[in-house]
Amino acid sequence: MSNDTPTKSKEYIRPMPANWWLTKRTYLLFMIRELTSVFVAAYAVFLLVLAIRRNDPEAFAALLSNPLLIALQVICLPMVVFHTVTWLNLTPKVLVVWRGEERVNPLLIAGAHYVAWAIISIVILSISCP
Amino acid sequence: MARSNEPIFWSLFSAGGVVAAFFLPITIVITGILVPAGWLSAEELRELVSHPLTRLYLFVLISLPMFHWAHRFRYAAVDLGFKKHAGLLPVACYGTAVLATVVAVWFLLPQSAAV
Amino acid sequence: MAASETDQSGPTMSMDVFRYEPDKDTEPRYQRYEVPYREDWVVLDALNHVKDQIDGTLSFRWSCRMGVCGSCGMMVNGEPKLTCAAFLRDYYPEPIRIDPLNYFPVIRDLIINIDDFLGKLNDVKAWLIPKEEKPVSEGEYRQSPAELAHYKQFSMCINCMLCYAACPVYGQKSEFIGPAGIALAQRYNLDSRDGAAEERHDAIFSDEGIWECTFVGDCTRVCPKNVDPAGAIQQAKVTATNDFFKSMLMPWGNK
Repeated sequence: MSNDTPTKSKEYIRPMPANWWLTKRTYLLFMIRELTSVFVAAYAVFLLVLAIRRNDPEAFAALLSNPLLIALQVICLPMVVFHTVTWLNLTPKVLVVWRGEERVNPLLIAGAHYVAWAIISIVILSISCP
Repeated sequence: MARSNEPIFWSLFSAGGVVAAFFLPITIVITGILVPAGWLSAEELRELVSHPLTRLYLFVLISLPMFHWAHRFRYAAVDLGFKKHAGLLPVACYGTAVLATVVAVWFLLPQSAAV
Repeated sequence: MAASETDQSGPTMSMDVFRYEPDKDTEPRYQRYEVPYREDWVVLDALNHVKDQIDGTLSFRWSCRMGVCGSCGMMVNGEPKLTCAAFLRDYYPEPIRIDPLNYFPVIRDLIINIDDFLGKLNDVKAWLIPKEEKPVSEGEYRQSPAELAHYKQFSMCINCMLCYAACPVYGQKSEFIGPAGIALAQRYNLDSRDGAAEERHDAIFSDEGIWECTFVGDCTRVCPKNVDPAGAIQQAKVTATNDFFKSMLMPWGNK
């Protein structure tokens, strides 16, 4: 059949709609997940500006009390947390650990990452707030 | 079909994703909630930021997540119909990350380079 | 399956079926059929009822009707499904829409052109290429249960192509080797008897291979055999990255 193509010109090709990512819930969640990277970048830029201003106490404090920047961070936080959760949940797909014939339970792999996230957060928090 | 150079970009994307996942949420809590709410003083944070280890930490927190964004954003654009090698797209994305990295190196790593 | 009885009296269900007859149509259309609703019927039963009792011109592929041959994949209400495994009772009483598998050219009605996929099976060399050829007289290739476990999940693929119909990357760019193609390449790469991983890597570590994938993950979700092609692809990315840096940092290695 693959060598016989008299009907090939009459094949119907369905166009892929530009809004394909809105047509299914899983596609939409995927797109949101990808776009969390924008909020990751936005906060990284904020951190950069903040760190550059470290030798000017007034400018530094002003950046941290600016209502617009606070609002931006409040929006960034759930988006970045969504990045973290979706990222950690996918770690078992990338990190496959074998013990003989059995795979280490994927939930354990993800769980270990969540524990690490909690520990790291606590450490950073305690360093920042002595 | 030749083997791709993609591993370079994918490694940066992965490293940035890990750094962003583990370290960014608590950092946002610190700068976006704790300081504005008064539970941590801006001045204390500022002194902490001046420390060389903190500056190194911040450099990692800025540069790698920017490369994470660059790779992911580029491919999200491709998923939305852009061509993968459409001239400006990869340059704009990775270029921005390189720029942020260069700025971070210039201003963060030396002790006194802050503005 | 009692498709020979025309059950006029019982409950019925509506099916809107994608029709495209290339000798008559320039554009596809939907045709609505009223089929008997039976609790134990699957969509394939309803389609066969249509073909046998209502409209013999409707064309579609099917074979084993038990979820092992991979022939009967179609879109049911926009989701790729094996129609022999999609029960009417999960949709009743709403009408259901049947389309050919997404992202493939339509030859006629619900029949798609699968040449692209078959070509990719060739490109990834989806067959065993033993490390050492040995004649039958020298006995079997031996493999431990642990060695089998490493690739067994990927060997469950029945080539039904539901994963391709779920993959928006494949939808945008049909050069992408695709979920099943890469999962099958991994099935052989991870097989301890196989010796052709390097050759397959040339195919799948390319820009049309694993690097097109943005890990949407829908392929794994729709797979009827739990092959987890998304997992196969991500693991391949790790392998490719390790290989890349090894060959860069240690170019004297055996490559």
